[in-house]
Amino acid sequence: MIFYILRRILYAIPIAFGVSVVCFSLVYIAPGDPLQTVMPPDATAETIEIVKHAYGFDKPIPMQYLIWLGHVLTGDLGMSISTRRPVILEVTDALSNTSLLALFAVPLSFGIGYAMGAIAGCFPGRWLDRLVTGTAVVGVSLPNYWLGIVLVVFFAVEYSLLPATGMGPSGSTNFHILEWSSARYLVLPVFTLAMIPIGILARTTRAAVAEVRNQDFVQTLRAKGLSEWAVIRHVLKNSLPQVMAVMGLQFGYLLGGSILVETVFTWPGSGFLLSKAIINRDVPVLQGTILTLSLVFVATNLVVDLLQSLVDPRIRRA
Amino acid sequence: MSDIALEKPLETFDEQAAPATRVRGYWRSVLYRLRHDPVTLFFAAIVLSIVLLAIFAPLIAPFDPYKESVISRLKPIGWRNHFLGTDELGRDMLSRLIYGGRVSLLMGVVPVLIASIVGGLLGVIGGFAGGRVNTVIMRAMDVFYAFPSVLLAVAIAGAMGGGMGNGMLALTLVFIPPMCRVAETATTQVRVLDYIEAARATGAGTIMVIRYHVLGNVLGPVFVYASSLVSVSILLASGLSFLGLGVRPPTADWGLMLSTLRQSIYVVPFVCALPGAAIFVTSISFNLVSDGLRAAMDVRM
Repeated sequence: MIFYILRRILYAIPIAFGVSVVCFSLVYIAPGDPLQTVMPPDATAETIEIVKHAYGFDKPIPMQYLIWLGHVLTGDLGMSISTRRPVILEVTDALSNTSLLALFAVPLSFGIGYAMGAIAGCFPGRWLDRLVTGTAVVGVSLPNYWLGIVLVVFFAVEYSLLPATGMGPSGSTNFHILEWSSARYLVLPVFTLAMIPIGILARTTRAAVAEVRNQDFVQTLRAKGLSEWAVIRHVLKNSLPQVMAVMGLQFGYLLGGSILVETVFTWPGSGFLLSKAIINRDVPVLQGTILTLSLVFVATNLVVDLLQSLVDPRIRRA
Repeated sequence: MSDIALEKPLETFDEQAAPATRVRGYWRSVLYRLRHDPVTLFFAAIVLSIVLLAIFAPLIAPFDPYKESVISRLKPIGWRNHFLGTDELGRDMLSRLIYGGRVSLLMGVVPVLIASIVGGLLGVIGGFAGGRVNTVIMRAMDVFYAFPSVLLAVAIAGAMGGGMGNGMLALTLVFIPPMCRVAETATTQVRVLDYIEAARATGAGTIMVIRYHVLGNVLGPVFVYASSLVSVSILLASGLSFLGLGVRPPTADWGLMLSTLRQSIYVVPFVCALPGAAIFVTSISFNLVSDGLRAAMDVRM
């Protein structure tokens, strides 16, 4: 097991390295000079040269990458162009707000999605299965930002039951999950966010459970005289690794891909930070946020791999 | 009834229903199964009509989708001749929705098409060559797997500054790695089979083997996977437009319309919900057609 863990960690390092290269090159695929956004339009050629030198843009690109990597490894992601704050602070603040959403959206979507898929998979072809597969297809086809808008119209505009946007009157500084006056701001974004993972998980779980149920060992279990419940338990356990892989992907989505939902609800999380960075052409923030989120995603996948091997020891030998 | 124990469980028996399929060829049996799948047929008809509406938009749309009118801004559904009301600049919603399908379908299909060709080719090469070539290709793909797909699309489109071409490029790059993996898996599975060796033994070159013996087995999964990506692509593309990273105004595009109409949600809530509904209907139709194709073509992934 120790060797397996070490091997997986070693395997994640080149990936993290590749991720950093992709994030670094984001600045260079941007059209025009990377300095264009920070320089006043009337800057003389001389000033531009000085600034280029100060930022290290006159060095060859691989050299620039190494310098940048050195900064990143010491936690320095540069300065935000629009707010003049260190990017690392912006990102960590935003990430903590996003985690708040994920804290509720993850158990909600994983629980409901898994339960739906498991039930459907155990009764393939029945009306319950049809109902679940139908709901799941709706879940994966809904543009979730549109769902957010519709929910706002319904719950905030028509009936004034829940707040439409934001995190409360004083933002994240005075946010207490345990008090309803704060927590009510979570309800709509969390529900909107959970919709897609519920659909995807229900579909994956259904497919995985139905596939395992068709394997020979299930018939052996029945022949042994096990009760239907015990058989289902075996089936669920064997379908778990496949489901967990998808859960890992969805966890990453909930942390990073919530950009549209956070924009709709102006929730000050990582996705909202990204969309602000795009509007302001704030490349350091864009780069820093994407780097952080993808590294979190790489770490999540690593954890999922390890958990999978705990559930199914056969994976370790592969 | 001595062979009761040999009978298959009910579900597997169900799946192998229609015993007549065995005498048909593969494509005829696929067609047969599709013809007997009312859900898929229904949604295929919807997809077809959306495509036709988009192609013949200039003939069908009742108004010019770009003609603004100050006096008829934000009118509700059914106002005068405007069946679906008007938007914030007084443009006819129905016409704009019909025209919007052009961009959305283009953004849904083109990136998937390019990604299928590029990713599929890379996957076949990697899977067939094996060894070091395979490792290099698949490890490079793994790096892109390390980004959540929405994030990768936003990152690329965001850094390049939006626009339809950049949006398409971003989506293509997002779809290449999973497509490559699907093709690679399918290729690796057939590469070791006996008939490939038999083909080689009779003197078939690499190109011949790939062309006649491998591609046939890879195209099915790639096609089914590509069809499932179309709906993802439409959702992502309209998401990019919603964030201001897709097509530029005043082009009629569902994501962009949703984003610009958002401010008017208190005035004409139903009109504002229309573009999202269009995205939803298109996306769910493609999804269900893809599900039907997967079942009919009996592809497992």
